[in-house]
Amino acid sequence: MATFDLNGEAFEFDGADNTPLLWVLREAAGLQGTKFGCGAGHCGACAVHVDGRARRACVTPVGAIAGRKITTIEGLGGDELHPVQQAWLEEDVVQCGYCQAGQIMTAADWLQRVPDPSDEDIEKYQANLCRCGTYARVRKAIKRAAEISRNGAVAFVEPVAGEVQS
Amino acid sequence: MTALNRRHFIKASATIAGGLALGVSLPGRVEEKAPDLAGSVGEPNGPHLAYLVRIEPDGQVIIGAPSTEMGQGVKTSLPMIIADELDVAWQDVRVEQMPLGIKRDSEGNMSWLHVGQGAGGSTSVSMGWQPLREAGATARQLLLQAAGEHWGVSPESLSTERGVIFHADSGRRGRYGDFAAAAVALPLPENPPTLKSADEFQIIGRPQAVVDGREIVTGQAEFGIDAALPGQVYASIERCPYHDGTLAQLDDKAARKLPGVIDVVPIEGPSPGEPFTVLAAGVAVVAESTWAALQGRKALKLEWDPGPHATESTASLRRQMHEAMEHTGQIVLDDGDVDAALDLAADSLEAEYFVPYASHAPMEPQCCVVHVRDDGADVIAPTQSPSGASRMVNRLTGLDRMAINVHMTRLGGGFGRRLTVDYVAEATLVSMAVKRPVKLQWTREDDLRHDFYRPCGLHRLRASLDDSGQLTGWRHQLASPSKYYRRANVEADKMWTAELYPDDPPRRLLPNVQLQYYSMDSGVPRGSWRAPAHYANAFAVQSFIDELAHRQGEDPLAFQLQLLGESRDLPYEQHGGPVFNPGRLAGVLKLAAEKAGWGKPLPAGRGRGIAGHFTFGGYAAYVVEVTVSAGQLRVDRVVGAIDCGLAVNPNHVIAQMESGIHDGISTALRLEITVEAGRIQQDNFHNYPLARLRDAPREVENHIVDSPHPPSGVGEPPISPLAPALTNAIFAATGQRIRELPIADQLTA
Repeated sequence: MATFDLNGEAFEFDGADNTPLLWVLREAAGLQGTKFGCGAGHCGACAVHVDGRARRACVTPVGAIAGRKITTIEGLGGDELHPVQQAWLEEDVVQCGYCQAGQIMTAADWLQRVPDPSDEDIEKYQANLCRCGTYARVRKAIKRAAEISRNGAVAFVEPVAGEVQS
Repeated sequence: MTALNRRHFIKASATIAGGLALGVSLPGRVEEKAPDLAGSVGEPNGPHLAYLVRIEPDGQVIIGAPSTEMGQGVKTSLPMIIADELDVAWQDVRVEQMPLGIKRDSEGNMSWLHVGQGAGGSTSVSMGWQPLREAGATARQLLLQAAGEHWGVSPESLSTERGVIFHADSGRRGRYGDFAAAAVALPLPENPPTLKSADEFQIIGRPQAVVDGREIVTGQAEFGIDAALPGQVYASIERCPYHDGTLAQLDDKAARKLPGVIDVVPIEGPSPGEPFTVLAAGVAVVAESTWAALQGRKALKLEWDPGPHATESTASLRRQMHEAMEHTGQIVLDDGDVDAALDLAADSLEAEYFVPYASHAPMEPQCCVVHVRDDGADVIAPTQSPSGASRMVNRLTGLDRMAINVHMTRLGGGFGRRLTVDYVAEATLVSMAVKRPVKLQWTREDDLRHDFYRPCGLHRLRASLDDSGQLTGWRHQLASPSKYYRRANVEADKMWTAELYPDDPPRRLLPNVQLQYYSMDSGVPRGSWRAPAHYANAFAVQSFIDELAHRQGEDPLAFQLQLLGESRDLPYEQHGGPVFNPGRLAGVLKLAAEKAGWGKPLPAGRGRGIAGHFTFGGYAAYVVEVTVSAGQLRVDRVVGAIDCGLAVNPNHVIAQMESGIHDGISTALRLEITVEAGRIQQDNFHNYPLARLRDAPREVENHIVDSPHPPSGVGEPPISPLAPALTNAIFAATGQRIRELPIADQLTA
């Protein structure tokens, strides 16, 4: 049994403490934005924030996060879009979309500490797997998210590009 | 579509709210199978959209996405086609995934209700192009007619713009929704609607963002793993690790005692040599949660009888391939006289290339929900083959096809893996056993150990040149375990048809061309992997052309352009035909080369490679730039060009080029599936290491040829040329020729 803060509200899980947080979120809490990709911490599709830091929920036993603050993709932006989500839309990053919640949660964490990321930073910190091939747009969206965050809130730009380039 | 039979293929009816719903089906009976590509109308029942176009009295425009979305962009591009002809503003359209629609004619034959709904072979856009335009245009025509009757004017005197109907003479105007109810009552027009000319398109040809973008970035979009049916139980299956092995012993006492475990259900494996239903023998643990099912699975005590392939290894298969090539293979193409050309050659060259087994490894492991009831079944699945799912449930349950509901979610990747519906078969069998809705979840280990893998193959190429350096003869021998080995109705002497496409270049570009095939035995299940045989054949052929150019001391681009020659249509009988135009292939090679600065000097340790290929109707080429130092490879830059006919959504054509670049690099760098003692050796991303962002080129630039041709698909053409462009670049940088994939640790520079 574990009680924790889930997107700003108290949540109590009454199953075994060794249950991975991933399955608690998906099946007990009904928050399915966090995805199962490998079950071994390799791919990052299940990334969530534990006290603001990205963690892989598939290898995090729920007992280990008792009393902590958990944020999932559903809670990241509150009622608004988080700058990373906004940038993801502006760059039209997604293909199949399955890995993207994890990509976004990962970027939203490390961008707080690296507000003006270089290509090297992005290659170092954005290690989530994408099978479709969105890395070129992930790279651009991270830079764009950093820009949005530095400049404060800006009006959302509809992601219908007038000109195509990659 | 003629006026005579038109009424049979367009169907209009009222929505529950009294609006207009319109569907269309392809003329003639197109058997509903995938994708090789099938369907039932339905009245608009429940919350799901059974029609292509729905216009409600309140003005809502809902357009159905017929094919399934796995990242290739068809949930955006197919509705764009309808919306443009309907003449509505794209931002006013709501897109809904259509469920499987099939129908049965009076003779009992099944066909698609509307249009083909499978997703494979890069066919969704090319096959949907005409019927979807007609569907949109017909709905618009009915609305015009309704407005004309209401205002007492002729429909010809009316015009439309973004969902509004205008009568210029009187200044009257009205929204589509105002006339939707009246439009339903009208007879369908006798003649096919007038379609827009290309310069009238407002949505087609303009870059549009993915329709589910906001849902995806906020975690709301529904994938297969998110699907649910009321009262469902959760299942996980331990499968036999040996191909065609069987269950010898099962002790489930400990598993059944675990909290949350409900039942244990053995699943019989497929019959050796017969078409697959399930992929392997297994034991399903059914529980109250996925985690409980996984724990129960661990507690099973199982013994397997390893079956007929217990001693297979990758090394033994490769040895057999080499042994086979000591003899002449099955000659599947023999233009001219290759032996004579080789005898008379001023020069000749031979090289061998190897491409390993590969796994699809979509990010979303296989999953689905199935409920088999007494009078029907419900399936929710991330599948490329919804009609295949329907047929599989019918086969296993005997339920009438029309009583099997198949709904499709977004797919967390497909790449050909989800053309097979083995996971639907498993969930069906478990649901039949426990008589409840079953949510089946595979793990990553399950997914990598149990796949329909891309066949491996050994390619031997030999070419002759005359004293002026012209290619005169070409022999390509391929030894591979064919993906057709367990298909119904494919004879042993047709195994090659899945692995060699005779009309691929260089056929008809030189006088003497011979293809030989060696059909190898392997227990490893095989299937369609993105651009099936094109990936391997493009690697062999485009590498060999590069080798021939270098041997002649010629520029690889110039050498290939000379080989391809002028623009002309050559017959192409395999999928992607009916013609192949070498000039269009030359066009993308030239465009990529020009944009990449082909020929400009690079510093030591850097190199540029080029390759192009024709895949399923589309032409793509890349120039890849690499740096190799201390055995380390860095892909610095990739410049691509594609000729896919009219680019319906240029944004997602570019995205598919980016996807092909990534998939090409990822697979070429480190991905291979190997077998030892009858078992697959790879089981998660630590030993099947997909490329990460740090492996991706920092500079990626893609260009679309402005083409007068109708659209071809773009899911597969972008991958095939990448691996040879990459290894040709490595050769340019280092002088080392990579003839075996993956590149892995072969680099010596």
